[in-house]
Amino acid sequence: MKYLGMTPLKPKIAVFDFTGCEGCELQLANKEDTLAPFLDAVEIVNFREVTTVRRDDYDIAFIEGCISRGDEIERLKAIRSTAKVLVALGSCACFGGVNRMKNVLDLQEANREVYDKEFKETLYVRSAKEIVKVDMEIPGCPVSKAEVERIVQHIVWNVSFDFPKYPVCLECKQRYSICRFDFGELCLGPVTRGGCGAPCPAGGLGCWGCRGPAAEPNYEEFFALAGRKGFGKAEISERMNFFGGFEGVLK
Amino acid sequence: MKIDLNVDVHHLTRVEGHGNINVRVEGGKVREARWDVVETPRYFEAILKGKHYTSAGIYTSRICGICSIGHCLASVRATEDAFGVRITPAAKKLRMLAKHGETLQSHWLHLLFLAAPDFFGLPDALSFRQANPEVVAIAFRLKGLANDLCDLVAGRTTHPVSILVGGMARIPDQNAMLAIKDRLDRSLEDVSAVIGLFRKVAPKIPDFVRETEFVSLKGTDEYPFIGGDLVSTDGVVKKEREYKAMTNEYVTPQNTTKWCRLSRESFAVGALARLNNNFALLNPEAATAAASFGLKPVNHNPFMNNVAQLVECVHCTYESMRLIGEIIADPKAPTMAKVSPKKGEGVGAVEVPRGILYHHYAYNDSGRIEKANCVIPTTQNNANIHRDIGELAKKFSTEQGITDERLELLCSMLVRAYDPCISCSVH
Repeated sequence: MKYLGMTPLKPKIAVFDFTGCEGCELQLANKEDTLAPFLDAVEIVNFREVTTVRRDDYDIAFIEGCISRGDEIERLKAIRSTAKVLVALGSCACFGGVNRMKNVLDLQEANREVYDKEFKETLYVRSAKEIVKVDMEIPGCPVSKAEVERIVQHIVWNVSFDFPKYPVCLECKQRYSICRFDFGELCLGPVTRGGCGAPCPAGGLGCWGCRGPAAEPNYEEFFALAGRKGFGKAEISERMNFFGGFEGVLK
Repeated sequence: MKIDLNVDVHHLTRVEGHGNINVRVEGGKVREARWDVVETPRYFEAILKGKHYTSAGIYTSRICGICSIGHCLASVRATEDAFGVRITPAAKKLRMLAKHGETLQSHWLHLLFLAAPDFFGLPDALSFRQANPEVVAIAFRLKGLANDLCDLVAGRTTHPVSILVGGMARIPDQNAMLAIKDRLDRSLEDVSAVIGLFRKVAPKIPDFVRETEFVSLKGTDEYPFIGGDLVSTDGVVKKEREYKAMTNEYVTPQNTTKWCRLSRESFAVGALARLNNNFALLNPEAATAAASFGLKPVNHNPFMNNVAQLVECVHCTYESMRLIGEIIADPKAPTMAKVSPKKGEGVGAVEVPRGILYHHYAYNDSGRIEKANCVIPTTQNNANIHRDIGELAKKFSTEQGITDERLELLCSMLVRAYDPCISCSVH
């Protein structure tokens, strides 16, 4: 494809999956209205779920899933040594995602529960940045394709991009959604990083914090608010530890 | 004739998750033919213990990025069964509509993006963009429409938010529903074009038959997707709660997935299984589409699962339009039933795109899970895929002019025909 008679340089992109549901890489093939121009802007050289082409001359590697076995550590290190830019795609890659809930279990016990006597190799879950240097993180369960597009534009053409500093609440109000607290439900919207477009409260579910904390979250005020609405520390803690992004905030 | 063949596929492409194919033919004899699942386990059943019922559906939808709506539906159904909750008629329709949206989304993705390239000798759907741009345009439109249907009804395609224990959070906006209905109607032209496309490549569908037992839900008055009795083509019929007698999961040393068996050493689930067991319940347009491919029950060619998916796309498109009409006729209908947790067990069986899925939870009286079990369609298919590969290698290793590459392609196409969700099968 030529533009003003010139063939534009296309960054070579690869997508690799580790422990997870592969829902985030699926988002890359979604948003059909802009899928064609998105695909024109890049060259996909390695993306197991979508193509049989497998090359290792990529510039940008997207990593999906968390790391939970020895062979994944080696694979991630090899990818890091090849990629110029390494992007963690989705909450599992950014902070372990729901898989992080495994880390409070005894692994032998978990194995017995699922596999009985046939022990399968597994490690406590780690995010990509706990093993290698990660250049950029795109949280979300799943990621928002619109945000991924803006980040790709940022990496490829240096179009400015910053994650929103505001929490999910702001986007929820922009959609005229009724506050989930007003339905008597718990919602992590006040402390969770915006940018998702607040689909959950609009769809009838309070925020579960899949994108991790907003910039400078006011936890104290949030706990006070949730407390006034009748939600105790135990319930809030369970919610905040669901996706792994708030690890350490509340035990 | 070449009598030594070798196929070694590490992490098969254009499938969801990580699996390997190994075939070794020596002196015309199949020495080894394996389908091994090497996906990293996630221990969902262990993590579910202690979880509150309100989080079970949210958590288990994360088993799968493609059939998350189906997981959520099976999860809430299991919980409702345990608590004795009966959902409202409107909620039932909305759930079925969400289910159809997912079936369409997943089947179009599989047919047009993952399976079709093999029939055109291309490495991926992206390569169509040079040779057949109109095919890609159709694929984008059909999948986009299915995603929009899911977004509208379930709140989001991947990891839904509107499917709750007790029903559905809301009836979507009337105008948005009408707009989707209109788009579904107009999409019929694209659907016909895809049928035409597959008719053209139908002669390339490998002629391969291995007699197989097929397991699915048993429809009574409609083609089944959510709940009901279980049936197999070998004549086994069980209640939803007796799913364990239908699945018989067991652990094997070389796989992180479990294997299943029923009347034979393995069985198959999926679109072809549903169709083999419920052919008479397809709507007329879908039955016509099936007939145009000569597909009728019981079909034992696993490659025909692709065609069965296409037939289901026709069925689900018409059914979605009908359901939208019914739902918007009563826009104020209640969608949520009262939920009171109580001690007990429940099972939810749902036909997700790749076959029948079961969730089973035991609750304590405060609504927390004491024991959980999820049996995934691809888990049920893995042993059958493994045995199919052995038979496929046997049949085609004697083919005139067979090469390693040709056998590798056939094996890969076979696995893809099952549309496996490997990460799902190792949950």
